[in-house]
Amino acid sequence: MTRSFLIRTPSLLIFIACLALFTIGVTLAAHYGLMSTSFVKTLGKTLCLCLAALAMDLIWGYAGILSLGHMAFFALGGYMIGMWLMYARTEEIVVASLLNSGLPATPEEIQQGIASQIFGVVGASDLPTIWSFAHSLPLQLALVVALPGLLALIFGWLAFRSRVTGVYLSILTQAMTLALALYLFQNDSGLRGNNGLSGLQNLPGLDAVSQDSISLWFFWASAAALALAYLTLSWIVSGKFGSVIRAIRDDEARVRFLGYSVEGYKLFVFTLTAIIVALAGALYYPQAGIINPAELAPIASIYLAVWVAIGGRGRLYGAVIGAAVVSLLSSWFTGGRAPSIPLGFMTINWVDWWQVLLGAAFVCVTLFAPKGIGGLFDYFTGLHTPDRKGAPLGPDQGSLQEKEAIE
Amino acid sequence: MSQLLEVSGVTVSFDGFRAINNLTFSIGPAELRAIIGPNGAGKSTFMDIVTGKTKPDSGTVTFGEKSASLLKLSEAKIARAGVGRKFQRPTVFEDQTVTENLTLALKAARSPWRVLGWRSKPADHSRIEALAQQVGLADHLPRKAGELSHGQKQWLEIAMLLAQEPRLLLVDEPAAGMTLAEREKTTELLVDIAKTRAVVVVEHDMEFVRRLNCRVTVLHEGSVLAEGSLDHVTKNQDVIDVYLGRG
Repeated sequence: MTRSFLIRTPSLLIFIACLALFTIGVTLAAHYGLMSTSFVKTLGKTLCLCLAALAMDLIWGYAGILSLGHMAFFALGGYMIGMWLMYARTEEIVVASLLNSGLPATPEEIQQGIASQIFGVVGASDLPTIWSFAHSLPLQLALVVALPGLLALIFGWLAFRSRVTGVYLSILTQAMTLALALYLFQNDSGLRGNNGLSGLQNLPGLDAVSQDSISLWFFWASAAALALAYLTLSWIVSGKFGSVIRAIRDDEARVRFLGYSVEGYKLFVFTLTAIIVALAGALYYPQAGIINPAELAPIASIYLAVWVAIGGRGRLYGAVIGAAVVSLLSSWFTGGRAPSIPLGFMTINWVDWWQVLLGAAFVCVTLFAPKGIGGLFDYFTGLHTPDRKGAPLGPDQGSLQEKEAIE
Repeated sequence: MSQLLEVSGVTVSFDGFRAINNLTFSIGPAELRAIIGPNGAGKSTFMDIVTGKTKPDSGTVTFGEKSASLLKLSEAKIARAGVGRKFQRPTVFEDQTVTENLTLALKAARSPWRVLGWRSKPADHSRIEALAQQVGLADHLPRKAGELSHGQKQWLEIAMLLAQEPRLLLVDEPAAGMTLAEREKTTELLVDIAKTRAVVVVEHDMEFVRRLNCRVTVLHEGSVLAEGSLDHVTKNQDVIDVYLGRG
């Protein structure tokens, strides 16, 4: 069984080996001071985005459901871990300052202090009910999985059982992430409105540890999570389950007549990917240090789809490569380090023009290289697309197109 | 002998057009039946109703020894209850290999959790090989279904139908796009299957129906016009008027 699994997914070992080498390389570079702490954080965050892209590939590339709302789950995961980080960190500060005042502080005083510290910025001084579990790391970690999972389960159940598919489902998911963002922007939603949660890079109780070490810890955790998710998802898609969801992508009516509950599978994949993306978010935001409702903007989820498209949908390594390449290029171009191009009558300033370049790249990939960057691997290993005279591989909207398939 | 499938008094209309009009039909647990009728007679709609794709406006559809109603069930549940369907155009999963297509159809648990833990056992493998052998695709197991010829896809779909081990097979124009030799093979296969299961064949080709040598139901404007042996129905004046007389 294990042998056949490895044979069916030859890219798995290569991927894990590359990731391991990369992790060792970054660790050594950081250790010898060749790499700045902020760059280690950028790389760690990139790995989290790769993890999210992996989940996006499972739902879009394999199951054919173009969800444009998965970054909402990413942000929710971040919010859940951010609540504990902010609470525990503020608790330390409040306890320390109350100690200076002489009298031993009561739990109520500490609670009050924390609430006014955190919520002073939005003009409140009571801890909202949704912060009830924020004092406990295990409970808040459970929420990282439970809250996005539950939201995905309810949303997916409503959408799939009404047989909403294709573009309509994409629009519905966009509406979901926008609605959630607008809700979180309100001050009285209990998550500090547009201020969001900040100071997340400071781990409670670890004041003595420098950010150099913490950044590496998170980098390692992100790499481990990516490797584990890659392993699990390769196993899932290489078996019969993968076969069923690819069949749903290409021709869901036929799958129904085989006796599979298409809605059940879609719900399963939607919820599973929401949880993976939420875990990615929970690893991402402590490295970013700040989270606010702008992270749930509809465009964020569209980027996720763009990464997977540029990397090549329907292959796990494609999604990882797409997310890594595009997000690293993005931080290079928008970081002001890319040299501007003077054209005489105007200057191309990459901070402004990067998005134009990305948009053009997306259009070009869709038109001329539907396999994305992953298609290069097919080219070098001699795999061709079948000659079907333009016919896609199934009647459904999300089905694999001729130019994406491998003979 | 009690009937496996009983359809009685079923009516369905689309935007006022009555596709099926007070249709009554039944078939035993091991019986071959051909349904003929001109275009628009309601043959496809009849199959849609039995497989759960279309819900009728009135009437009952019951299945099995307990005469359980199929009307409340989803397509997937009806398929799991033992109704298999073959479409007119071959519908196989073109991006997947012949083995994968057959594995999907193989009778096994269908829930996501159970499928996640499913691993191919030697018995499954030999069953797939036997099925492929039966339809002449044994040498094509590792090929993608999309590369097969039209006729081979038809065979693959028939093999998938058999892999499901249904109690009732609904087969829509199985011989379309097949050569004469393949038609004969299909005939044999269907007659053979009908020894243990119920098989309903919808067909236009009279020669093919004659070779099946079974009871024939003639549909016209959504209801049964005549039923009996092919010779019996072809002598029926109504049938000659609406169907055979035109050709």
